[in-house]
Amino acid sequence: MTSADREIETDTDDSEHAELVAELLDGRHRALARVITKIENRAPGYREIVSRLHEHTGSASVVGITGSPGAGKSTLVDKLAKAYRDRGETVGVIAVDPSSPYTGGAVLGDRIRMASNVGDMEVFFRSMSARGSLGGLSTATSDAVKALDAFGKDRVIVETVGAGQNEVDVVKTAETVCVLVQPGSGDDVQMLKAGILEIGDVFVVNKADMDGAQQTVAELEEMLHMRDEPTGGLQMGHHGPLSDGPGGASSNGTGDAGATEAGASETATGDDEDGWEPEVLETVATDGTGVETLIETVGRHRDYLVESGDLDAHARTRYAEEIRQHLRADTAALLEEELVARGGVDTLAERVFARETDPYTVADEIVGPLADCLRREE
Amino acid sequence: MSTQQEQGGRTIRCLIAKVGLDGHDRGAHVIARAFRDAGFEVIYSGLHRAPDEIVQAAVQEDVDVLGISILSGAHNTLVPKIVSGLEEYGAFEDTLLLLGGIVPDEDRAELKELGVAEIFGPGTPMEETIEFVAENAPANR
Repeated sequence: MTSADREIETDTDDSEHAELVAELLDGRHRALARVITKIENRAPGYREIVSRLHEHTGSASVVGITGSPGAGKSTLVDKLAKAYRDRGETVGVIAVDPSSPYTGGAVLGDRIRMASNVGDMEVFFRSMSARGSLGGLSTATSDAVKALDAFGKDRVIVETVGAGQNEVDVVKTAETVCVLVQPGSGDDVQMLKAGILEIGDVFVVNKADMDGAQQTVAELEEMLHMRDEPTGGLQMGHHGPLSDGPGGASSNGTGDAGATEAGASETATGDDEDGWEPEVLETVATDGTGVETLIETVGRHRDYLVESGDLDAHARTRYAEEIRQHLRADTAALLEEELVARGGVDTLAERVFARETDPYTVADEIVGPLADCLRREE
Repeated sequence: MSTQQEQGGRTIRCLIAKVGLDGHDRGAHVIARAFRDAGFEVIYSGLHRAPDEIVQAAVQEDVDVLGISILSGAHNTLVPKIVSGLEEYGAFEDTLLLLGGIVPDEDRAELKELGVAEIFGPGTPMEETIEFVAENAPANR
């Protein structure tokens, strides 16, 4: 479908979408569910819907939960949702599961664990599959979070398998990211080194009643500690450029040796001025042990974000990234149309193969008119 | 035209539900897996669900297809509860309601009257079920 087609359809369906949005804002579960379906399917007009929702968002606090398969994410999410409900808050959950790269099919099993919240419609639980979409998943997830936010959920929890860049992008839509680790998973911890260690605000060693839990806690703390020292000023991404200023580095240099050994939680709370020190907690999700502490820590992290101004800074960073992502996707779609108009990418590849032209020249030829057009308008 | 993902290709979403005091879930597992391999997205409810829970899941997940597996013989009690729950949330009209398991012939007419689109008994070839879903899943979302 061309973007022109899309606009025409948007016009004809305009009132229908407005109605759907109105019903969602009115608190109708069916409308919320349908909006998320449209977002997932990228159905005609979903952009219009999300645009309309945007002004109603910004009040929910978003927590991301990630970790390797079997770490206990869904069970913990269930207990978290229950605890928030007990405090009188409403909860939305987006659980992302992988889909088959071959058939596109998926079995979405996270819902089975939601045993504490059955029959409670104030917990809106939605399973999403990755649908093999590159980069599209994070767009779909953040749009779905917006729908839950606009619906009026106080808390939104995004759950994802922390296996790759795609999932890391997804979880970055959250204000507070919890990384779940299971005891005795030396390999998992190795994996964490590669990417997820940077994005965690809170690390949760789940199944803490199992053998090896203490060792995993110790390993994590050691790794987090190692990370902080040599790369203090480099972590721009999730923690924001403000969190580790030169002031933090100098104070680290003086009292470091004694202070960090004294106890992780104390240093973390005392460290608020220099930045958030990721904390390592223990939980047993199956019986709810440690869930209160986790909630308290997540709350403290949010307070920190609010006080330091990072919350707003993160939101701006996120929106900037969203704008860029939409631009990338939209221009890619436009250029794909142009490719088709020029006889398809295969024809061009054939010409490259025959040494009639080369990939750079082809790209220049296609992008050239677009660039000219944009530059002329300025 | 552009790729399926770009274009908003519709994936059929199914809820496979075990309801009531019936612990036999082999059939439900087999169906869930076959549906997945057919390219559907399958949400499995887990065992021993109450009708309310099934309704909650079907509404929130906005499924196209609700497949209920009942081998306990309690279909005449459970199915009407699910149907009225779906109606309450305005989700009955555009959900394809299927029933699998042991259902005596004399109950079938009444269940279909109630809104069950098809009943699949033991020994139904998997292809038949998948084909039925692919052809009858509500379009136009």
